[in-house]
Amino acid sequence: MVENVKELIKAHEGIKHEVYLDNENSTIVPTEIIEKMLPYYNKQAYGNPTLTHKPGWEAFETIMDSAQKIAKFIGAKILEEITFTPGATEANNLALMGSVFSKKDSGKKIVISEIEPIDVLHVSDMLKKFGFSTIKIPVDNEGFINLEKLKEAVDKETVLVSIAAVNNEIGTIQPVKEAVKIVKDKNPDTLFHTEASDAYGRVRLDVRDLNVDMATINSYKILGPRGIGALYTKEELKIERIIEGQIGTQKLWPGIENTPLIVGFTKASELTFKDFESNIDHIKRLRDRLMKGIFENLSEVKLNGSKNDKRAPDNLNISILRCEGEALTIELSLRGVYVSSGSACSRRLLQPSHVLVAIGRKFSEAHGSILMKTTRLHTKEDITYVLEELPIAVNRIRGIVGSTGVD
Amino acid sequence: MSRIPLPYSQKVIDLFRNPKNQGRMEKPTVTAVAGNPACGDMITFYMKINDQEIIEKITFESYGCAANIATASIVTEMIKGLILKDTWKELTWKKVAEEVGGLPSVKFHCGILAVGAVKRAIRKYYQQKGLIPSWIPQKLTFEEKQALEEEELAEKLSKK
Repeated sequence: MVENVKELIKAHEGIKHEVYLDNENSTIVPTEIIEKMLPYYNKQAYGNPTLTHKPGWEAFETIMDSAQKIAKFIGAKILEEITFTPGATEANNLALMGSVFSKKDSGKKIVISEIEPIDVLHVSDMLKKFGFSTIKIPVDNEGFINLEKLKEAVDKETVLVSIAAVNNEIGTIQPVKEAVKIVKDKNPDTLFHTEASDAYGRVRLDVRDLNVDMATINSYKILGPRGIGALYTKEELKIERIIEGQIGTQKLWPGIENTPLIVGFTKASELTFKDFESNIDHIKRLRDRLMKGIFENLSEVKLNGSKNDKRAPDNLNISILRCEGEALTIELSLRGVYVSSGSACSRRLLQPSHVLVAIGRKFSEAHGSILMKTTRLHTKEDITYVLEELPIAVNRIRGIVGSTGVD
Repeated sequence: MSRIPLPYSQKVIDLFRNPKNQGRMEKPTVTAVAGNPACGDMITFYMKINDQEIIEKITFESYGCAANIATASIVTEMIKGLILKDTWKELTWKKVAEEVGGLPSVKFHCGILAVGAVKRAIRKYYQQKGLIPSWIPQKLTFEEKQALEEEELAEKLSKK
């Protein structure tokens, strides 16, 4: 199997240019960030932050300083509200399980949206085993949650609501502040978590203004290293730990903190927020250019998600009809353009993205969807290259499809 | 459960890049389709069959992943020039998978669908003639049944 993969990689020899747009699933980490991390492996702060020696104190100081900075970026009050976790998956697990377990005597109901990221969906499914039930709030055809239905769903038994601030697949920016108000008005004890990984660094995110109890953020979604994320938990909030081990500097996540990754995450955050407005402007301009070019050069294309400014500035998700997504991702890859598709093959059937199905896309439309996210590292030339290659790739695939893929 | 990138063989990628016998055929003797757009997996075969019941010409169109395109393409090469009876008896999805240098297990169904489409075409050919030979069982074969199940499942799920 690995031999096959080696051959597949070799098949890419001779590519003229490479443009990585699969920033939903992993990103390039700029050298500047890596260089910032390196000394923390062997020059400074390499100790265990709980121990009493210079490398330990240095690590402690570094981690606290990082937490302070990240707290500030999301509008948290104090650094203790930040818990570093080995990724957003872990932060989401902690948020959901930790909060409902701590409140299991007040009720067993969870409310999420139909388009929550897989982490949240799977954890809430798993919580069935512990007697919790989940209500999924529907969304409209642009992915906005139905606030009326949210209001109906929350009652005295509801312990947790989890709604992502920005949808990771279609970039829809949810009215989180309004949603929190609706939830708290109906039940002030219901906790509100937001998976904010796709909001962090893209839209204004102020946890105190939103009045959420918990928020997840993720390093790799802002060009930081993978393997590090954080959960914000409001100062007075007490949730349970979900894994046990040697207690470190953080109450909610045991084990030795990974100082270099925390430094990388912090540096990535600083770079994102340093020129926030101009970064966003750049990302959005390139995304809009890409979108416009695609709609001008390709027929039978549909935009998934919102057309207006309630869409994350980096997100572009389109359905290319009569063009199966996996075939297109491979064709594009062989041309140096890296994107992902909204459908994944299971044993018998192609499984369409739950998000695209929830916004009313037909299966065949979901199967031809591709997701692209621009970053501040992209240039105008990159987008020009994609706009040259994409129609060629689509037309080749459609040539094989002929009259067969018509629904 | 785990997930890995699809480790397609060199042969699958070669056929994906340069499919053989691709395209619609004018005035075929028989046409058969398997799969549908909701499956994300769909193949059409066009066949020209001569009086000796030999597949003289065969082309395909395909909506699907790289494995779908590669298996459809290899099938056209495997059965071109064969007599229908031999095709029916000898063509199996396992042989198709072997011919493309192996398929990832999640893609076995692509080979099954391609063979299902061929068997449908042959069955249809004799049905059109109104003379079904004894070597074609009344009951659907494994691949035909699988193709039908896949279509029904996708249809059902997409209507939910």
